[in-house]
Amino acid sequence: MRINRWVLLGIVLFFLAFPVLVPSDYYRHIFIIALMWVLIGSSWNLLAGFTGQVSFGHAIFFGTGAYTAGLCVTKLGISAWWGILLGGPVSTLVGLFIGWVCFRLRGPYFALATIAVGEIFRLVAIDWRSFTEGMEGILIIQTFRSKLPYYYLGVALAALCMFAIHRVVYSKWGYYFVAIREDQDAAESMGISAFRYKSLSLMISSFFTGLAGAFYMNYMAFIDPHVVFNLHDISIMAILVGIIGGVGTIWGPPVGAFIMVFLQETFRSSFFGLFPRWVSESHVLAFGLLVIFVIRYLANGVIGDWPKIRRLWTREKAYS
Amino acid sequence: MEILVQTLVSGVLIGGIYALIGIGMTLIMGVMKIINLAHGQLMMVAMYITFVLFEYFGLDPYFSLLVSMPALFLLGIFLQKYLLNPLLKVDSILPENQVLMTVGIGMVLTEIIRFIFRSDYRSVKTAYSATALYIGPISLNFPMVVAFGIALLLTAALFFFLLKTDLGKSVRATAQNADAAMIMGINAHWITVLTYGLGSGLVAAAGTLLLPIYYLFPDIGGPFTLKAFVITMLGGMGSTIGAILGGVVLGVAESLGATYISMALKDAVGLVIFLLVLIFLPGGLKTLTKV
Repeated sequence: MRINRWVLLGIVLFFLAFPVLVPSDYYRHIFIIALMWVLIGSSWNLLAGFTGQVSFGHAIFFGTGAYTAGLCVTKLGISAWWGILLGGPVSTLVGLFIGWVCFRLRGPYFALATIAVGEIFRLVAIDWRSFTEGMEGILIIQTFRSKLPYYYLGVALAALCMFAIHRVVYSKWGYYFVAIREDQDAAESMGISAFRYKSLSLMISSFFTGLAGAFYMNYMAFIDPHVVFNLHDISIMAILVGIIGGVGTIWGPPVGAFIMVFLQETFRSSFFGLFPRWVSESHVLAFGLLVIFVIRYLANGVIGDWPKIRRLWTREKAYS
Repeated sequence: MEILVQTLVSGVLIGGIYALIGIGMTLIMGVMKIINLAHGQLMMVAMYITFVLFEYFGLDPYFSLLVSMPALFLLGIFLQKYLLNPLLKVDSILPENQVLMTVGIGMVLTEIIRFIFRSDYRSVKTAYSATALYIGPISLNFPMVVAFGIALLLTAALFFFLLKTDLGKSVRATAQNADAAMIMGINAHWITVLTYGLGSGLVAAAGTLLLPIYYLFPDIGGPFTLKAFVITMLGGMGSTIGAILGGVVLGVAESLGATYISMALKDAVGLVIFLLVLIFLPGGLKTLTKV
């Protein structure tokens, strides 16, 4: 789905003006986290939605990016901001290796292999104390006390990611990716090297996820293996962002990222304190029910099935 | 030497239970060609059923097999009939929709249990939990031996069902080729429902048998889902004999890893084996046995 350029301009202006319109650190924080999820969700979607390789292990790249930034401080003694430059390339290398191992497998078996690799990364990060500090994690000092620099950096990174993915999807590579998704054997018989293009897709995907990881390290200033290599909170969340927004659409994951982060925050704060405390414990339950509902009734996500949603709404309106 | 034998023996015993988990998974995988990522969570539900029966009704864990297995069988049937099968008709980009659905089911099961029982660790302490049998210098944990025995019995019963009954033959036929089975007059739709029920029932048995030796908390499902697919891949997808072998191999490997490498990396041992199998023996142990 191509988007109207005026709408695009409107979105960009809104994000640039948002901190001025809403001078609240709380909402800025939520937006920063959502922008980070735009990166992760979009890059997961490039691999899963456009290339058809469902990864259950994006925490690998997120964690690698975050640890690259963290280790810049603890091992190299340089600023964690170098992580923004290094996190992407390091994750890409990891992605290249993981692709070499896991792309021997297809479909669901690839998904399983990525879970296994993800768990291995987490366990190693916990156990390799001399290198990663183990469960104590890495703590740095935030550079800025204000949220504004992080917010604008987040906007810039998300815009960069969206631009890059848009370019890739509408290039020759993008069509190769979709061909592989639709029928790998047919694509190979047309002369597309499935392994090479799947690896390329994974490399782009891991680059932006690693970038998001490095950004997270700089912004949150604390990581440990359970936070950044988490199967549920990172890998599965990336999938949820993708499928709720719409798999295989460019604008699905950003929408999904905002829906998920706001939903999470709404439940975590018990509907902003309107509901009793126990509601805050049920946000994962809500996610689970939402996933079941979306897969069952909106298989292509909010963006992918937008005509379906709109029809529902207009029909109701017609009757009333 | 004694340590090695002891390690191997406990590995084989736990392997029997792992085999039961793996068989359930491999049945579902064989018939529906999907990976059931809610497998460990189903087992966790069975464990909580056993726990409640023991704690509030004083029922011995081994007798509660008679409750937990039918209960999970019904739950499995419900999930397959109302959540997984309808997806076959839904048009979507990703073919892995059913797999993603099982992820959602797993999350919901875990969170419902957490809601009811909180995140506390629980365990079932029976009179025989800590008793051991001795063969020379080797000690055998009594509940583990019983569990191993029951696991063998259930596996034998399953083999009888699959090989000798008409319904079992229909299940195997659907696994081999669903379309051809349908032409032969087999209701493949109903077979998938039945298979998911059977798989859930078997993993329920594994959970109930594991409870006297293990502990229990809502997040226990995840690691066991991982174990289940490691076993299935190790054995070769859709192969029941492979799943038994895979279960035992995983049990022994974990037990060796815990003794000789480190307790913390016990789980990583299984995953590394899993990746090695994927790379060097993609068909699993099945390809070695030619069964």
